[in-house]
Amino acid sequence: MTDLLAAIGRIFLGFLTHTGRLSAFTATAVSHVVRPPFYPRLILRQMIEIGYFSLPVVGLTAIFSGMVLALQSYTGFARFSAEGAVATVVVLSMTRELGPVLAGLMVAGRIGASMAAEIGTMRVTEQIDALTTLSTNPFKYLVAPRILAGTLMLPFLVLIADIIGVFGGYIVGVYKLDFNSATYISRTWEFLEPLDVISGLTKAAVFGFLITLMGCYNGYYSRGGAQGVGAATTNAVVSAAIMILVFNYIITAMFFGK
Amino acid sequence: MTTPTPKIRLADVHKAFGPKVVLDGIDLSVARGESVVVIGGSGTGKSVMLKCILGLLRPESGSIQVDGEEVVGLSSREREQVMRKFGMLFQGGALFDSLKVWENVAFGLIQGQGMERARARDIAIEKLAQVGLAASSGDLFPAELSGGMQKRVSLARAIATSPEIIFFDEPTTGLDPIMADVINDLIVKCCKELGATALSITHDMASARKIADRIAMLYKGRLIWVGPAKDIDRSGNEFVDQFIHGRAQGPISMELRA
Repeated sequence: MTDLLAAIGRIFLGFLTHTGRLSAFTATAVSHVVRPPFYPRLILRQMIEIGYFSLPVVGLTAIFSGMVLALQSYTGFARFSAEGAVATVVVLSMTRELGPVLAGLMVAGRIGASMAAEIGTMRVTEQIDALTTLSTNPFKYLVAPRILAGTLMLPFLVLIADIIGVFGGYIVGVYKLDFNSATYISRTWEFLEPLDVISGLTKAAVFGFLITLMGCYNGYYSRGGAQGVGAATTNAVVSAAIMILVFNYIITAMFFGK
Repeated sequence: MTTPTPKIRLADVHKAFGPKVVLDGIDLSVARGESVVVIGGSGTGKSVMLKCILGLLRPESGSIQVDGEEVVGLSSREREQVMRKFGMLFQGGALFDSLKVWENVAFGLIQGQGMERARARDIAIEKLAQVGLAASSGDLFPAELSGGMQKRVSLARAIATSPEIIFFDEPTTGLDPIMADVINDLIVKCCKELGATALSITHDMASARKIADRIAMLYKGRLIWVGPAKDIDRSGNEFVDQFIHGRAQGPISMELRA
């Protein structure tokens, strides 16, 4: 019985330690994002890494999601003769949900993992200590540029994913399901409101922040050689993915909840 | 041996990780321009001691002074100021593998002091020449260098900002005896040219004899012997005798099973 209580207590304390450390890390990181000096070269390099080099994977995800969305909603809606709603469903789903969430998850796998691995390796090879001894704050030099770049670039990526996804739906709608091209396009625009896109881009910014934060945090505190870096990489991706899904709900509720 | 204001002064420093006591009351003064080598087995807390002085770890109690100024508990900004006095050669080199060799050497000048890149590059090339590396090696990446060359680059980086105090963390570990001696000579030469105060940790006795003015031996979290390097062979301390002759039998028993 005492063993059980001790185990529960230990897990609870571990949880508190972790939460406290993450909160402190987040506060320090954000304070360095907004305070000078800034490192434009590093920010630019991270923006290219996150924004430009994620384009292929995000684009492919978006186009196939848009295509399958058109196909699925068509076969479903045909059961109650509502095929006309396909274009609207595609554009609303892409901008509000699938664009940000799928792009976020793909970028979490790509960027979150590589950040955790890179910073984790720097930690275990003492490169982070070396930064400190060279009068350079590792938060300023490593963490802040990544978080800033992630938060700025994800909305751009998602905007492109939205467009490509809608285009995927259009291809399936027009060439496979025999919709009239002009009708499909006008249906796409008809019910789309600015808030649909804005909510999606807000999600994207938050997801970008979370992905880079979890990548940096897990890398920064990785311990114990190759195995530790491996664990940090896994944790970075898993925790970012879960947080994306949780915050997706929270932000949706904030925008559209009653 | 104690001058009015020693360059570095540790008084009753304690550090523990959970229940494991690593430093159990360290007292040590290093005079200006002096070279002190701390010897001791693996895992006796030599690196922890250096990291406490650098502020990478925070001791539980005790005082650490640099130039008479207390450095325990400084804010990160004040610490950056103190760090400008320091250079450090890390055990594994800890070169930044995303940067070229010359950028590594010039890092403290560019990031720490805000020097222009062109000027910093000239100084970096000069420092590389001081450690016997050609200017052409400056454009390589650290991964393209051999272990001995990486150590030299790391040494060049440690001395690039002309620090008043240089720490050497196992400078000869992992090098062949000849390259180890080359590094020892370079350390002695660089410290003499800069007039720097040096604190090194090592378990390589050949290296310790060569670079030390004074030697201190760390065992079980305490300095059990401190004295001039020339007296190391007649220390009258059986722990020291066992260590410098590398005998398995003696008062120091290796804990083979944890």
